[in-house]
Amino acid sequence: MDLSYSKEELQFRDELRRWIAEAMPDDIAKKASIDAYFNNEETMRWHRILFDKGWVAPHWPKEFGGPGIDATRRFLLVEELELAGTPPLSPFGLVMVGPLLMQFGNKAQQERFLPKILSGDEQWCQGYSEPNAGSDLASLQLKAEDDGNGNFVLNGQKTWTTYAQYADWIFCLVRTDPEVKKQAGISFLLIDMKSKGVTVHPMDNIGGSDSFSDTFFDNVVVPKENLVGPLNGGWTLAKALLGHERTLIAAVGHSRRAVLRVKKIAASTIVNGKPLIEDPVFRTKIAKLQIRLRAHQMANYRAVASAQLGHAPGADSSILKLVGSEIHQDAFQLAMEIMGHNSLSWFNDDGVVPPSEAWVPQIASYLRATTIYGGSNEIQKNVIAKWILGMPSK
Amino acid sequence: MNFELTDDQKLLQKTVTTFVKKDSPVKRFRDLRSDELGYSLEVWRQMGELGWLSVILPESVGGFGGSFIDAALMLEAFGTTLVPEPFVSSIVMAAGIMADAGQPEQIERWLEPLMEGETTAALAYVEDGCRFDFDKPKSEATKQGSGYRLTGDKRFVLNGHAAHFVVVSAMVDGEVGLFVVDSKMPGVTIQPIKTFDGQRAANIRFENVELEDGRRLDKNGKGLQALSRTLDRAAAAACAEGVGIVTTALKMTNEYLQTREQFGVKIGSFQALQHRAVDMFVQTELCKSSSIMASIMADSDDAIARQDAISAAKVQMVEGGRFVTQQSIQLHGGVGITDEHDIGLYFKRMHVLNTLFGDEEFHLKRFAASPTFLEGVEVAV
Repeated sequence: MDLSYSKEELQFRDELRRWIAEAMPDDIAKKASIDAYFNNEETMRWHRILFDKGWVAPHWPKEFGGPGIDATRRFLLVEELELAGTPPLSPFGLVMVGPLLMQFGNKAQQERFLPKILSGDEQWCQGYSEPNAGSDLASLQLKAEDDGNGNFVLNGQKTWTTYAQYADWIFCLVRTDPEVKKQAGISFLLIDMKSKGVTVHPMDNIGGSDSFSDTFFDNVVVPKENLVGPLNGGWTLAKALLGHERTLIAAVGHSRRAVLRVKKIAASTIVNGKPLIEDPVFRTKIAKLQIRLRAHQMANYRAVASAQLGHAPGADSSILKLVGSEIHQDAFQLAMEIMGHNSLSWFNDDGVVPPSEAWVPQIASYLRATTIYGGSNEIQKNVIAKWILGMPSK
Repeated sequence: MNFELTDDQKLLQKTVTTFVKKDSPVKRFRDLRSDELGYSLEVWRQMGELGWLSVILPESVGGFGGSFIDAALMLEAFGTTLVPEPFVSSIVMAAGIMADAGQPEQIERWLEPLMEGETTAALAYVEDGCRFDFDKPKSEATKQGSGYRLTGDKRFVLNGHAAHFVVVSAMVDGEVGLFVVDSKMPGVTIQPIKTFDGQRAANIRFENVELEDGRRLDKNGKGLQALSRTLDRAAAAACAEGVGIVTTALKMTNEYLQTREQFGVKIGSFQALQHRAVDMFVQTELCKSSSIMASIMADSDDAIARQDAISAAKVQMVEGGRFVTQQSIQLHGGVGITDEHDIGLYFKRMHVLNTLFGDEEFHLKRFAASPTFLEGVEVAV
């Protein structure tokens, strides 16, 4: 066993570091240095810079425009981007619908959609959740009826559609057969957001940004060629998404940066003439968090090394989303605690709190989402109990 | 990065796993709880014949020159059925420190019979009022003629009740010295004690024990360094055995949830219990990952990186091990409280491992005080 990277891998990492430092535009680098929240324009600008370099989709195979790098380099690329605090790219095209189209889409769909996902010319959003279909996703009701002229006609609503207001396309799970067992009547459909009858109502999230939306469908006509996979086969596609690249959602880089942020805040906060990082209670809390992160990081290394050898994700990698999401949250919660009164500040002018603390309350609030999206952690536990521990159903 | 075992390691793992399943089921340990020795000298000799007692020792002292990973593989397997032979006390600790600090004639005299399974040994370093600190023993050795005179009290010496010889830490001329003391020497009083998990140890009193010069190990003046390194390895060993404990406790609990019926259904169909089982699974996986990190780093000469990794692993192991074994009893319900059921044996062994070689508090403090803790951070003054 060996924990170290090879010489070539280290060279690759150094090259990444150098390039990232040079490539980040000044305004983005400035925000990154204080872990600020990035808006859509900044995120998409960074997307295009990564695209030009060929690194925008680390996990995409070469034939579809990916860099064609191995599992270890993919991991390093993602981790270095996270560690440098670069804007997190929108996952809906690159991580979700893109790979799904590679696996289940036909050639025409792949050629039509993949290049523009890669370049960022088209932005995507995800239409899964509905007001009455959250964790019980399969009970979704957005109706898609065959109009007999080669189209589906959609009526209903999706909700919590992140960045719907900026999206050019949405991928949806829709109800194509209301008569059968609920999972068996769902299809996977691609819908142009400019279609007549699509209305988006953005709403603020608890982090104070406008990332969420309600999306309404009123007699929206969608050509049948936009169906991905078989009719009523959508549930299989939805499940396949969950198995993709677990090592990338472990957010090890984000959490490492978050723990460093916590330390920096504690080291610069003077209480009674002493930095708070010298306070034994706070120091112990930070140490415990870092120890949990190290264990998580090792679990992720094991998964990466296994992927490098071409093995399918094993039972051990099923914990990565569960643990990673909690650590990331806990880091920002601890930052809030260390900040004391400064954590009460909400979108104030410069100077009210130190710049490096200004964004923490917003991010700490928004990060409550990490244990909910992509299947809440309680749903993850149901899945692990059933499929990994082999627990019986009622 | 590579977490694959070598062919030799796979073979070792297979042999040890077969041994624990066939020759050392939990029943054997259960029966040995009432035995005064607490393990079998015959099994110990077999381990010596199989080469298990020399695997991790360097070739320079007659070992196979394996890595600490080899010891971890054995210990993890031992943990699954609570194998009681004194591998950690005799090999990881006494033999390890001897290989680190001993001279050729000392190796020949004490280490060779130990590796062959003819003798067992112990490392006596725990003292009253020191908790887990080992760098300033109250035991003292004073120069006398060409040798030394040793006085001190050591507590909870693992295998101290039966060891042929004990390596003892004591202050000598202001530094930590290491001395080899035979159990039968005049001035040595051994009080055997029973431990929480059904194993044995001893409190040992050394009163004006006269030692010839050849019984001082640390001729190189690196006694404290060797002791520190050995206790790091012992902590990594506790983590590896702990992995065997938690994986077994999880497996037993999982099986119980899938067979026990209440309210007319398998209790494993209840979501509250499923989620508890998943929490145990998560902790088990984190313990495994941490323990691998500790085992890889246990051989490192970079003391800071080694201690960071081992302390992190020990803290994770204490937390995860405590949670998994406690919840194993909880999910077994009433039957988990009976001595007749094995799950309680794992719970108790886990507490012993969690306490030995530095508990959570000790390792958390050490981790937080490491120079690496402030890497990349500017502390305001």
